Amino acid sequence: MTEPSTWEQILDYSNRANPYPLYDELRRRPVTRLADGSYLVSSYAEIAALLHDPRVSSDIGRNPAAAAAGASVGDDGDGQGMTPTFLSMDPPDHDKFRRITMRHFGPPATPGRVAGMEARMTEIVTDLIDKMAGPSRIDIVDDLAYPLPVTVICELLGVPPGDEQRFRVWVDVALQSTDPGLDPETQQKKRAEAGRELRAFMEELVEAHRQAPGTDLISAMATDDGPEGRMPDGQLVSTGLLLLIAGHETTVNLISNGALTLLRHPAELQRLRDDPDLAIPMVEELLRYEPPVHFVPFRTALDDIDIAGTTIPAGASLTLVLAAGNRDPAHVTDPGLFIPDRPNNQHLGFGGGVHLCFGAPLARLEAQIALTAFASRLKNPRLVTDPPPYRPSPFLRGPSHLLIDIDGITS
Amino acid sequence: MRLVVDLTKCQGYAQCAFLAPDVFTIQGDEALTYDPVPDEAQRRRIRRAAAACPVQAIRIDQPDRSEGARHPDGTPGTAAPIEGNGGSFKRSGRIVIVGASLSGLRAAERLREEGFTGSLTIIGEETHEPYDRPPLSKQVLAGSVPSEDTTLPRRREIDADWRLGVAATGLDLAAKQVQLADGGRIGFDKLLIATGVRARSWPNAAEAALAGVLTLRTREDAATLRQLLARRPRRVLVIGAGFIGCEVASVCRELGLPVTVAEAGPAPLGAALGGVIGAIAGELQIENGVDLRCGVRVVSLDGDATGQLCRAHLSDGTTLDVDVAVAALGTVRNGEWLAGSGLASGKWGVACDAGCRAFDVNGLVTDDVFVAGDVSRAPQPMFGYQFLAVEHWGNAISQAEVAAHNMLSSETGRWPHLAVPKFWSVQFGTEIKSVGVPSAADEVAVVQGSVARRRFLAVYGYKGRIVAAVAFNQNKWLEFYEPLIEQAASFPPSFHHVDEPADAQPVPARFQPAANPTQDATVVVTGHYPNERRARLTDRRLP
Repeated sequence: MTEPSTWEQILDYSNRANPYPLYDELRRRPVTRLADGSYLVSSYAEIAALLHDPRVSSDIGRNPAAAAAGASVGDDGDGQGMTPTFLSMDPPDHDKFRRITMRHFGPPATPGRVAGMEARMTEIVTDLIDKMAGPSRIDIVDDLAYPLPVTVICELLGVPPGDEQRFRVWVDVALQSTDPGLDPETQQKKRAEAGRELRAFMEELVEAHRQAPGTDLISAMATDDGPEGRMPDGQLVSTGLLLLIAGHETTVNLISNGALTLLRHPAELQRLRDDPDLAIPMVEELLRYEPPVHFVPFRTALDDIDIAGTTIPAGASLTLVLAAGNRDPAHVTDPGLFIPDRPNNQHLGFGGGVHLCFGAPLARLEAQIALTAFASRLKNPRLVTDPPPYRPSPFLRGPSHLLIDIDGITS
Repeated sequence: MRLVVDLTKCQGYAQCAFLAPDVFTIQGDEALTYDPVPDEAQRRRIRRAAAACPVQAIRIDQPDRSEGARHPDGTPGTAAPIEGNGGSFKRSGRIVIVGASLSGLRAAERLREEGFTGSLTIIGEETHEPYDRPPLSKQVLAGSVPSEDTTLPRRREIDADWRLGVAATGLDLAAKQVQLADGGRIGFDKLLIATGVRARSWPNAAEAALAGVLTLRTREDAATLRQLLARRPRRVLVIGAGFIGCEVASVCRELGLPVTVAEAGPAPLGAALGGVIGAIAGELQIENGVDLRCGVRVVSLDGDATGQLCRAHLSDGTTLDVDVAVAALGTVRNGEWLAGSGLASGKWGVACDAGCRAFDVNGLVTDDVFVAGDVSRAPQPMFGYQFLAVEHWGNAISQAEVAAHNMLSSETGRWPHLAVPKFWSVQFGTEIKSVGVPSAADEVAVVQGSVARRRFLAVYGYKGRIVAAVAFNQNKWLEFYEPLIEQAASFPPSFHHVDEPADAQPVPARFQPAANPTQDATVVVTGHYPNERRARLTDRRLP
């Protein structure tokens, strides 16, 4: 038996609770070639450069590793594939569809939407924490970190509150299918079945909103024609699903990773209690220190790329290991320390370049509000198990449950 | 509260516009504008915006934590004590900064950040504290920001003796004194020259004196022009289609005012971008209703009996009824006060080495006189060590930081200023951004995107290597080209990448022979001829 590679160890579930020493090991070589011919990039400067490098494609249809994993578009097993979203497209199509989607979500056309949700987010958080009354054991994931973003994204998109139970199951299956630890056949099968259900769910939703439009984003996308027209229906369905899933799954991890980090750093938790605005820089530090998205897979070199002494050949698949770049000592001082008010915190938590996370402002605001309330309202919170159990995915990393005991809540 | 955004860094991610939508606004695809003096009630949202900025470009007027001695290129370093005097200069030396604008202010802040505790005097001809100029031709003219709201935020206390409203009139290097217009003299141990440039005025003095004829450089200019535009003139005439001229025309159209742009060259922005890309900027103007006339000069301006501008005669034989004429004819360097000082200073600026130390007329580098910002002219290794003057916002800051650092450092601790020049402009909702020196090029190729969509990226080449890249609404890709310029990568680029246009063939970039003395002047201080024993400063009139 050969020793498992650093990358294999990172993918191995047993290292999910603390992959950071493995990232340090990986970063000893900024660019690593894997046995399957794909490349990992793990240092900050190189990742940042590749995120702005037009020779790097995000078109999943061009990616050999995605094809091998059965992850390419239009291949979900029933001959009726999912239309690609701007996430897996290159400019100019990427830019166009991202703009069409952005038109209803943010600037320049709808600048106040996210900031305008602050009061509602606060209300949701207040209600969730009110439910924790009395000395009790709570699960930060189930009781706060999951319900906040899922409620917010459902209200934003116009998903009826009762539907959350329906899509949760399929989303879980779909996310499990991205676990690179699974064999490709199982991945594909799981993706296909979850994909079919989710697509039918969103098709139904789009149609309902087109018949009776509300003020939500799906209604707007289904009925409004901007200067660049409307999205084709198939893509509207995929984009709706992308926003629904990416719009909460990652934020769950951001909030629960944040709560865990604060419980491990009681002095910082106290500072946040004393100064709620500390949450503003703290969320940036969390995005660096414990990012919800650990790597970006399935990017493709369109030409030979010379980087850090290595030539990545044209056609090769690239994985950008954001979480390793975030702790690159060549980029930040004391990368392994959690410093909530770290100045000039430029991190890779949301990626970068034209694909920078679409929902970043939403996630930031939710996490700031949730963590401020977590610090100020929970009396004497203490971790029940450290480390907590983790979700299976190595790239969307976060606790599956985070049990804490509290002495009650302050009103 | 006050804030400023380093738009050289901004890549248009719009995080600020999401999180503080009353303060930050995105125009078109990616062009950011902002309120530099927002209501205090917005502070939390602005803090959110500043924290979320992916390139950390937002500065608020609260003392930032010291960033230590970080080179503007990003290289960390430490200020080494000055040898010979045991660091006493850093403790109790005397530094004088002449020029109280962006560069002077940033240098002062930097000196204090690096631990200078001696006396610091800042001399400024204008009566104002340092203010930011880019908003003057944009938000101030549009009426969204009052001109007095452009004061630059302070990153920290600088504890300086401010001498505002008094010009420096001379420099006595032997006595190490700056002479002032009020007859005073101020002694220094080290001097920073940051006197910048002023607008070149309309050459006919009588016509320039007409009411309604003006230039746009200062806060007062902007306030006056804003008032004139608010009175809804029949037509505005913009003379010259450089950046200021194009931005004024853009605001006029935003305000629904008829505007004619008269440009002597074949296209707008020709000096900065060349005729090929300039023609695209011209199309933007025409699409937005500007009466653009290229290859046309303004022959004369007429006033009425009250001395108010009423008419303009153009070289194409036409006459225009206009109430306002903006002379946007480029700039003049504020170096006259150095005449006779022995420094290598002239109409092309003040020559300095890559460490911002001024040269004297013999080509000797001075020890204690430094230069930064628009008035300086430094050898640029990426462009054959030509002495280039760079009138860009980011350059004013990065040179100020290098100069300040070097004033406090021993010989081995000094930094060179090797930053690749960058500029930006916003016109007609389009963000135009550049890295490198386009005007050094002979060829240009559109390599990404589409000119028809007004979203593209053009790469400039000189003798087979890349010297610049210019983006129209594509600025997230621009940083990829910066190292290619630094490394003299071959032109035209031959790699495959996303969003390749159908035809990326290079064409001649069509730069006109320089009409601007700043581009073509020769500073004969480097001693290329061994038999030349003394340098002579030329006072050559250029066409």
